[in-house]
Amino acid sequence: MLEMDDTDRRLLRQLQAAHDFSISDLAERAGMSTGTASRRLERLERAGVIEGYEAVIDWHALGYAVEVSLRVTLDKTHANAFDEFIAAARDIPEVDEIQTFLGRVDVRLNVLARDMAHYQGIYRERILALPHIADIEALMLVANIQNRESLPL
Amino acid sequence: MTDIDGIDQRLLRELGRDARQSAGALGRKLNLSQPATWRRIKRLEQAGVLKGRRVRLNHAALGFGVTVFLGVKLATKGRVSLDDFERAVCAIPEVQLVQHVLGLYDYRLRVVARDLPDFERVLRRRIMTLPGVGHVEANVLLSEERRAGPIG
Repeated sequence: MLEMDDTDRRLLRQLQAAHDFSISDLAERAGMSTGTASRRLERLERAGVIEGYEAVIDWHALGYAVEVSLRVTLDKTHANAFDEFIAAARDIPEVDEIQTFLGRVDVRLNVLARDMAHYQGIYRERILALPHIADIEALMLVANIQNRESLPL
Repeated sequence: MTDIDGIDQRLLRELGRDARQSAGALGRKLNLSQPATWRRIKRLEQAGVLKGRRVRLNHAALGFGVTVFLGVKLATKGRVSLDDFERAVCAIPEVQLVQHVLGLYDYRLRVVARDLPDFERVLRRRIMTLPGVGHVEANVLLSEERRAGPIG
């Protein structure tokens, strides 16, 4: 594990809160020179602590108003239930997250749909056709009260 | 709602993968000029489709080895209790995501912790003491895959 000091942590905290990644803004908010900030960022990237930067897409603005979390229990009597289920789920374009769990739920799929009719279509034609499903529970998103990816550093 | 074409979709997919690519580099991939690419990015930003950029950190390298999703059912309901619960849960630093949902649970939470004992501390001292909290179900995240979604 990479040795990190308080200055690194301060920089990462600012980076997590930043909306764009201008080095000079970041350095100013973290209270260091631009040179120090970019050297430290480079080191954290090389060490794999910073994995990358990604754009955040607002699906609402693209007309996807419905978001449903499908919690799936698989029929584990099939040896390849997980692999086959996940491989098939990857082919559904409206699924934007696939997570596996230790607990009562085996797999969770996040499904984006334009409206309820569209969701119904995806659910019936695509989701229910996935292999090895024992049970499905749906949680429909009402509102994101808080959505921060940040770690408490 | 914003209408986007196939080129916008590819642009969003590229930026979702790596948000630091320059308009010039993106343009070369999409066979567009640098100014044309830049105009498309600006348009997507102005329409609110491109909401921002975020850094992806390696949780394990920073000492956060455990992610747990919680389904929370409130024991008491009423407008005041929802507000109290939401205010208190958002103040817990280990809670990354708070979603108000319809279904078996009232809320879905994403919680990060250093390890399982640390998670137990958060669960007992912070989550179970939240105002109005009832039944809580925990599922420990084993793997996670983000897909491009409907633009993929």
